[in-house]
Amino acid sequence: MPESTDKAGSDAAKWYDLFSRGARDWLRHDEKVRESVRKHLPQIVSGADVINEGARTVRVPVRMLEHYHFRLRRPEEQQGAGQGKAKPGDVFSDPSKQRGPGEKGSGGQDEGEVQLLLEFKIDDIVDWLWEEMQLPNLKARVGPSEETDWIREGWDRRGARSRLDRRRSFKEMVKRRGNPAATPTFIDEDLRYRQLARRRQPAVHAVVFFMLDVSGSMSDRDRKLAKTFFFWVVQGLRREYRSLETVFVAHTTEAWEFTEPEFFQVSGTGGTVSSTGFNKVREIIDARYNPGRCNIYLFYASDGDNSVSDSAEARESLSSITGDACFTGYVEVSSGLSRQLATETGRLFAELSSAGCAAGSYALNDFDDVWGAVRHFFSAEAKALEAPG
Amino acid sequence: MTEDWKDYTQRIEELAGRSGLKFHPVEFEAVPDSFMMEIAVYGLPVRMPHWSFGVRYIYQLIQRHMGNSRLFEVVFPGNPGHAYLAASNGLAENILVTAHVLGHADFSRNNLMFRRCQGQVSEHIVEHAANHARQIQQAIEQYGMQRVEAVLDAALALEQHIDVDQSLRRERYPEYAPDAKALVDDDFRKRFASLDPAAASTGIEIKKRAPVPPHPERDLLWFVANYAPEMESWERDIFLAVREESFYFYPVFATQIMNEGWASYWHARLLREADFVPQQAYLDAIKCHSDVVRPVAADQQVALHINPYHLGFSMWEKIVEKQGMEAARNIMEQDDDFGFIRNHLTRELADELGLFRFSARNDGHVKVLEHDLTALHEAVLNPKYNFGAPSVIATHVRNDGTLELTHDNSIDGRGLDLERSRRVLDYVQRVWRRPIVLSTVNQAGSTLELTAP
Repeated sequence: MPESTDKAGSDAAKWYDLFSRGARDWLRHDEKVRESVRKHLPQIVSGADVINEGARTVRVPVRMLEHYHFRLRRPEEQQGAGQGKAKPGDVFSDPSKQRGPGEKGSGGQDEGEVQLLLEFKIDDIVDWLWEEMQLPNLKARVGPSEETDWIREGWDRRGARSRLDRRRSFKEMVKRRGNPAATPTFIDEDLRYRQLARRRQPAVHAVVFFMLDVSGSMSDRDRKLAKTFFFWVVQGLRREYRSLETVFVAHTTEAWEFTEPEFFQVSGTGGTVSSTGFNKVREIIDARYNPGRCNIYLFYASDGDNSVSDSAEARESLSSITGDACFTGYVEVSSGLSRQLATETGRLFAELSSAGCAAGSYALNDFDDVWGAVRHFFSAEAKALEAPG
Repeated sequence: MTEDWKDYTQRIEELAGRSGLKFHPVEFEAVPDSFMMEIAVYGLPVRMPHWSFGVRYIYQLIQRHMGNSRLFEVVFPGNPGHAYLAASNGLAENILVTAHVLGHADFSRNNLMFRRCQGQVSEHIVEHAANHARQIQQAIEQYGMQRVEAVLDAALALEQHIDVDQSLRRERYPEYAPDAKALVDDDFRKRFASLDPAAASTGIEIKKRAPVPPHPERDLLWFVANYAPEMESWERDIFLAVREESFYFYPVFATQIMNEGWASYWHARLLREADFVPQQAYLDAIKCHSDVVRPVAADQQVALHINPYHLGFSMWEKIVEKQGMEAARNIMEQDDDFGFIRNHLTRELADELGLFRFSARNDGHVKVLEHDLTALHEAVLNPKYNFGAPSVIATHVRNDGTLELTHDNSIDGRGLDLERSRRVLDYVQRVWRRPIVLSTVNQAGSTLELTAP
């Protein structure tokens, strides 16, 4: 192409100030990292105290991706050529290794040294996951199911004066004129107005009880599993309810209410009497929440070893809760051995669910399985709600 | 500032012409530092998009923030050549850089390896690369980011695996094998042919299909593009675009020490002879020169790498001093770094420069090895063998389309990094679309096969 010769030269002067290819490819790299991080979110999230503390983002440290080439295996000893004041037989330590990270150029062996901190919006994560896993949207049992609200979304060239976006309009002007230093003069094409869009908002209120067995048999890992699971349950329920309260109850042979940070620190000793926990929940419902106005959820995590003498009482107090609750879920966290719900508590929930109550259970043994559990409960919940209605 | 050095450019060009440099005209352009950095990352002013360049870009940014690297110029050979100078260069730096660029322009016009590759790639690599970028952008619009990226992942992973001894535009292998043994025209055959002419002639005309590849093939980019069982034509084009750029990069890579040394020799010499440069600018430029060709960082006693500017510069000074300019120009025209180092890095010069061989353990423990000139040559050249890549060759395509690759560990001395090789196979498998088998050796030296999928 004969005309291409001078074209590249004159084009170059125009575009390279406005457009960075390096930044474009860097953004693409970021996108790829995000894709791969998404797959491991349940484990990542379980590490931090993120359930209720106002944090709407999760920060994840990641390594840069490597574009792989054929390389030789790294030998135990590498030979090379150097320069400087050294005689045969001299022994010293590599000076470049003392100068800190990032020293080597691209393609070096040390590429893993730079870490990025990616920030994810929890709302985005949840939206994405619900879509990906095709989880049903829940329906509230009481109250209007949704109301609409106006939110800001996007820009247009026409609109009410009051919604003129000055910053945006200024940018458009600069883009058009390509010279930010000159005196700003706007034309109509530069002006941008904020637009409003309708967004569906969940309308009603709900409270979710998280009940955790902290008896001696629950290991740290069990508790972390439970926490991860609880976290995602909260996120899922938040999609449906404008205001969602959380109540944390821990029990051994007694039961206590805790704040969230305390809740996951607690460790008790001794046996398991789950009826104490159920009674505590019952007590809190009676004192603070009216089942006619509020949607109640209960999620219980335990290793399932309830004391045999407690079974009658546990059944009774749990049934009284399921009568009022939208859903009760039991997740059996037994990382050591998988007993597939063949435990005292497991049987109790199975009984309830076969009696037609809105209850479900799931055996959670592994972090990879947290999503299975969340999916299981949300599908089960949707079914339980459809059946009577 | 820019006007100043443009005034000097012409005078330096005239001086260079008088000193015997023969170069195509060079177009100088001062560009912002950010753009200089991108050229360093991509290797070309406009190049195809790929996320791996984004990674290199970040490393460059980090380096720049740490004040470790500063780019003065980048020059692209061609007719005319393109030289980009950092807009932040001072007058003295620009005078130096202009002289340096002319040294490169002389080198790339006269060095045989450059001439051969430019003969194949054409003298307009900058425009070709921009065209490739545009093609690939169109492919992205048509086939989507995911698919194009998968092809680029594979092609760029194999970018060093070309065969510059073959031509850029290679024909496919002949379809049929040459007749292994031509039938001897003896008495018996004559008699046989006269008895039954039909039978005799059909017997000779049976042709045998040649195996693919007929011989071990080094040019993996070419081979995959031509023989992948189900590759689409736009995917093939991407492979060939990457290959063309590799053909351009090869001489730059294989003559780096000579080329940078030659340019440094000439910028030093032209600067000495340029009596029109003001005193202060001259001093600043000399200071800048000594920073560039400094072998060892200021606060260090030794460096565990070779500064190609310094090594090349010192070698050319010695060659010009001992053998004269004419001999130096002959060497410049005919050699690449392999010949240059092996023939002209003498024991005497190596000692003078304090070059040594070392052996480094993974824990950072370094031991200086005994003098051995031949071994020293190879230690300097070691990172340059085979375009800096392991010798992986295509050896066979099975009837079901399975591609067999072989790593020649007898050349490389040890096996491949298995994890990385597996990933590369995954990339390539997505365009080859049939299984791939790669054989190499493990730590113990016994053969081992990697497969994808």
